[in-house]
Amino acid sequence: PVNLFEQFQRVANAYFLFLLILQLIPEISSLSWFTTIVPLMVVFTITAVKDVTDDCFRHKSDNQVNNRQAEVLIDGRLQNEKWMNVRPGDIIKLENNTFVAADLLLLSSSEPHGLCYIETAELDGETNLKVRQALPVTSELGADIRRLAEFDGGVVCEPPNNKLDKFTGVLFWKDNRYSLNNEQMLLRGCVLRNTGWCFGMVIFAGPDTKLMQNSGRTKFKRTSIDRLMNALVLWIFGFLVCMGIILAIGNSIWEQQVGAHFRIYLYWSEVVNSSVFSGFLTFWSYIIILNSVVPISLYVSVEVIRLGHSYFINWDRKMYYPKKDIPAEVRTTTLNEELGQVEYIFSDKTGTITQNIMTFNKCSINGKTYGKSVLINPLKRKNNKHLINLDSNKQTDRKFQFYDHSLIESIKLGDSMVHEFFRLLSLCHTVMSEEKNAGELIYQVQSPDEGALVTAARNFGFIFKSRTPETITVEEMGKLVTYQLLAILDFNNIRKRMSVIVQTPDGQIKLYCKGADTVLFERLHPSNEELMYLTSDHLEEFAGEGLRTLALAYKSLTEEHFKEWFKILQEENTSLDNRNEHLAAAYEEIEKDMMLLGATAVEDKLQEGVTETIASLSLANIKIWVLTGDKQETAMNIGYSCHMLTDTMNEIFIVTGHTVMEVREELRKAKERLFGQSKDLSNGHVFCEKMQESKQGSVLEETVTGDYALVINGHSLAHALEADLENEFVEVACMCQTVICCRVTPCQKAQVVELVKKHRKAVTLAIGDGANDISMIKSAHIGIGISGEEGMQAVLASDYSFAQFRYLKRLLFVHGRWSYFRMCKFLCYFFYKNFSFTLVHFWFGFFCGFSAQTVYDQWFITLFNIVYASLPVLAMGLFDQDVNDQNSMDYAKLYEPGQLNLLFNKHTFFICIAHGVYTSFALFFIPYGAFYNTAGEDGKHIADYQSFAVTVATSLVIVVSVQIALDTSYWTAINRFFVLGSIAVYFAILFAMHSDGIFVIFPNHFPFVGNARNSLSQISVWLVILLTTVVSVMPVITFRFLKEDLNPTITDQVRKLQKSRRKQKPLQNYIPRVYRRNSRRSAYAFSHQEGFGELITSGKNM
Amino acid sequence: MKNKNSQGAQECPSRCPDNSAFKQQKLPAWKPKLAAPTVLSSFFTIGLFCLLMGICLILYINYSDICLNCSKLRENSSNWDKECNCTVHFTLQENMLGNVFMYYRLQNFYQNHRRYVLSRSDAQLLGQDVNVSIQNSSCEPFTTYPNGTPVAPCGAIANSMFNDSIQLFYYLNSSTAIEVPLLKSGNSWWSDKNVKFRNPTSYNLSSAFAGTTRPPYWQKPAYLLDEEDERNNGYINDDFIIWMRVSAFPTFRNLYRRLSHTNQFADGLPAGNYTFHITYNFPVTKFKGQKQVVLSTITWSGGSNLFLGIAYTVSGAVIVLAGFIITAIHLKLRKKKTYFQR
Repeated sequence: PVNLFEQFQRVANAYFLFLLILQLIPEISSLSWFTTIVPLMVVFTITAVKDVTDDCFRHKSDNQVNNRQAEVLIDGRLQNEKWMNVRPGDIIKLENNTFVAADLLLLSSSEPHGLCYIETAELDGETNLKVRQALPVTSELGADIRRLAEFDGGVVCEPPNNKLDKFTGVLFWKDNRYSLNNEQMLLRGCVLRNTGWCFGMVIFAGPDTKLMQNSGRTKFKRTSIDRLMNALVLWIFGFLVCMGIILAIGNSIWEQQVGAHFRIYLYWSEVVNSSVFSGFLTFWSYIIILNSVVPISLYVSVEVIRLGHSYFINWDRKMYYPKKDIPAEVRTTTLNEELGQVEYIFSDKTGTITQNIMTFNKCSINGKTYGKSVLINPLKRKNNKHLINLDSNKQTDRKFQFYDHSLIESIKLGDSMVHEFFRLLSLCHTVMSEEKNAGELIYQVQSPDEGALVTAARNFGFIFKSRTPETITVEEMGKLVTYQLLAILDFNNIRKRMSVIVQTPDGQIKLYCKGADTVLFERLHPSNEELMYLTSDHLEEFAGEGLRTLALAYKSLTEEHFKEWFKILQEENTSLDNRNEHLAAAYEEIEKDMMLLGATAVEDKLQEGVTETIASLSLANIKIWVLTGDKQETAMNIGYSCHMLTDTMNEIFIVTGHTVMEVREELRKAKERLFGQSKDLSNGHVFCEKMQESKQGSVLEETVTGDYALVINGHSLAHALEADLENEFVEVACMCQTVICCRVTPCQKAQVVELVKKHRKAVTLAIGDGANDISMIKSAHIGIGISGEEGMQAVLASDYSFAQFRYLKRLLFVHGRWSYFRMCKFLCYFFYKNFSFTLVHFWFGFFCGFSAQTVYDQWFITLFNIVYASLPVLAMGLFDQDVNDQNSMDYAKLYEPGQLNLLFNKHTFFICIAHGVYTSFALFFIPYGAFYNTAGEDGKHIADYQSFAVTVATSLVIVVSVQIALDTSYWTAINRFFVLGSIAVYFAILFAMHSDGIFVIFPNHFPFVGNARNSLSQISVWLVILLTTVVSVMPVITFRFLKEDLNPTITDQVRKLQKSRRKQKPLQNYIPRVYRRNSRRSAYAFSHQEGFGELITSGKNM
Repeated sequence: MKNKNSQGAQECPSRCPDNSAFKQQKLPAWKPKLAAPTVLSSFFTIGLFCLLMGICLILYINYSDICLNCSKLRENSSNWDKECNCTVHFTLQENMLGNVFMYYRLQNFYQNHRRYVLSRSDAQLLGQDVNVSIQNSSCEPFTTYPNGTPVAPCGAIANSMFNDSIQLFYYLNSSTAIEVPLLKSGNSWWSDKNVKFRNPTSYNLSSAFAGTTRPPYWQKPAYLLDEEDERNNGYINDDFIIWMRVSAFPTFRNLYRRLSHTNQFADGLPAGNYTFHITYNFPVTKFKGQKQVVLSTITWSGGSNLFLGIAYTVSGAVIVLAGFIITAIHLKLRKKKTYFQR
């Protein structure tokens, strides 16, 4: 009942209710009440069922999150509580690897000094661990539940906002004030890592959390077809009113000219007594009759089709990810056809394009490369002969894979350089180890790069076992060796390297350094020059494959030298002003004249099939923007490794300006380059010319040739998104093949999407996996969540979710394209059908004194749209395929009609309408001509109204069925069943309604008794039906054939190919591997954060 | 519809979708394509069929259409309650063989007007209780008289029933005329006569109609429509039934009488001189209408209407022509295509 009320609130349904009321006025009612109410009831029932199931579904997923358990301290005891019941002020205990339930103030943790590690990938996409430290006063509370329960501090803080990296507040406790900042905050969406447990006080809960504040509002998404359809429905409505007016005027005139004389037989009824008033009433009567041009069933049919398509996506095995048992899932069922029109893809990086797994892939030791490049082909990997069997080493990590036996050989042979290489890897890092069970080592890494390197060393027999603030224990080829850790020269962004100084058990002091090649090469001993060039070549080769590289070097120190230096260091350490700079200088002092060992190459593993997917997406003219919270280097690196950036590109613009002016300047330069130098913009006229240009932008777009890419930084983006630069930015960005935005906040992601939505009338798609992508996912036309990783936030906000980025291709090229194609065909046919059905009344109006007499039997009008003509077109809308899925994947060009919106637009709509009008014309005038002043073959009636009605109705059903038969390009058994079934059902119902029995029971409702039998036994009636069919169908065949013959679309061509090449193998898209030669990127900067070294040496985190 | 595919053999965890042809959208299907040979051949077949059809129809009609559309009766009688007779003479040049039907034809009579069409009560005509059946019908204003007596049959259709009587006389020679025997029953559909219309049940017809009166324009009540034949009286009177089957267009003809094949009329109407004797009751001038009497034979395809034949011929010709044009275009293009493909 509530649902019923809600449904009436929809405009369309309210309109039909209004029609229903009109029909209840006897003077106006041209149709019985049931002609509207029966379809309306059917529609309502279907909608209600759909709404109910949708609601259930939504509740279920909401509950899933809301009912996650959290341990809350209540009445001095820890109790499990659902997330939804967590309130600000509660004290929560978190376990390792659990999600933070709300924004918490960290009180205490299992680690010393109240430290606690969190991973914020869900929030900002950064994967490295971050440290949070509780206030000393609160960290003393420890795990003492009693004291925690007594904790009665008050917090005054800023109101809820969406800034992830800022928090200010004050804690009042025991008459003291403690200022709070972001260091004490655990935000919702983070995951607790490397920390046994921690306690926190809830500051913000539920919608106040920063995560939720960042996620933007949920909007009801509509597809462009939806909007077009609504506009068209309004047009049709206008058209309907026009027809109504024409007929009403006709009625007035007729009443005056003809009806006045005819009135001896047909009196005025009591109400109507003037021709004008009669015309007025006729207007409404005709509105009722002709309302079927805006069919009730349209919206519900569209919904059903979309639902069907959604199920097909859910059921697609090719989008099912067996490893994690995750099928694709459609969460918003109303967007499917928009998937066929996507022009811009906004993608997150971490977890979406990349797997967030680093693997040690290659290395160069002392001028020799090891490791073979592995083509991204997960299936063949198992059979790879080169895969090293590392089982000899018990403590290997199972997942580790390396493809070169020679390296093992050299290790076994005891090549000292190789040993030194791996020793470095096992010593020079800030990894923490943890021995869980016997022999099971677990590394806790703060950057996956480092993890990969240490794991690699471990697999090659240099096992990092444990560390204390002063020592590092390593198992070297089976022997336990303990090194004295003398100093850690920590990493920072300027130094781009880190070193450790260790003392070996036999007293040697060694410095091990790893860092960016550019930095490291400057600090090598001159004797290394030859090796440096060799290694440099290797590095280029590695970088060319999109690997992250790192150079390694070592240096032996004498004891005196070290002690001398160490003294300086300690002095600097205690100096107050410019401590960091002094330290750096001290580090610089010792990190020189090093001996090069080699280089490593770490692969930031892309998700499977990303490269191919991106390649074919860009073939289909889809522009891909990567929006990531990561650093510029990382982002560009990934850009290269998935071939979004290539060295064959004409130019890559990098915008990193910090001020508005800088950004403007950079954008302007980029634009100049884009449009060629022909436009000499003098600085003074930038503004006025910009205006001019923004107008020309769309024209110029086509003139730009060549591949360009734009890389823009977060802070520059902030300026670029401001109102006055907006235009320029969009212009430049949209002309680039690839756009990479790095260091962007979740909110900026959404802003970028909004910007493109605003300035380009294109369909945007956002894909991401983390909570930081929610805003973007919500603001794009289509949001896709990558499911399967721990976080579900993005998935919950998304419209579609699946497990792997590569499924995007199938989603767009197969499901999206089909959906669009089917929906367009469906709509075209639907409008055609209803126009040919309804306009017959219009023609008839001229022959029945504009009296709003219907042509058809009322029952036929009732049932036509819901029984006779609905199922075949639904079947077409659900099952039709123009090109099979393999070909849709292979020929990216097939995607273009969707982007250009070619299959259903105003033009095609008018063609459909014209076709419908023509058909209705044939439907009416051929029987009219045939029945005009004639008699049946037995001399009896044939030209009576009822026979005419039956003839036209039968012709209509047959014509419409033949038309759908022509339109259907994929005849499944279901299609056949529905088309033939509809005709059969039509005749069955026709005869049933015209049968004697039903007439005797309801004589007033079924006056067509015996009509079907009498009319359809006449040959001439069949001749009429045949002629009508031929006349209305032949022109369509002619036009279609000529169009296909003379001007075949890509679809036609592919279909032809498909037909002729059925037996041959499907074409494989060959994507050439592009190697870069000149740009090399170093990996170290990537996800490293400074400060860990200090933590280790100070022993805080042990 | 779940045609299990053999490939689905591999074990699959719970959330994996079924590998059925239906769910994977791989149902076996026929993918028709508008190929040149089928299209062209269908064009020519359909075109030729239509042509042949049309030619047949026209021939038949031409051959048999000796129908005599003879007299247009006009009379300016405004006082239509007076009885008024007129006679029309005509000459039949050829024999009309076979079944001969006599129609009356009305022009400009809007039997398909919505209010007119609705103005009847099928329940009443089925012989159900008068008072009840009239209630829910839209017979107004011909439901009851001001004094409350229900009208039987009610409604505008019944009220305006065609009530001229037409007789046909054949001149054996210039002076002696004999009446052509015409059948007045068996002219309506079986379903109408036996199912749709029934008299109210009573011991006799006049008592069945007791308590009701005739429609205002009628000269006699319903139970006197045909006093000679009990099975052709009241609601099941053929003339009445035929009139009640409203026409689709304002110009229409209704069957009035059939020729009874007796004596010299055993084969049809012989050529000669004839006279219609018409009792003129039905006024048409009021609505600027016309009425005609039509004598007609019929063909296998029904009445005398050239339209279908012409339409078939024309569309057949057009389709064949289009077929030729398309063939030409297709052949020309095929050369081009090879050029494109190199």
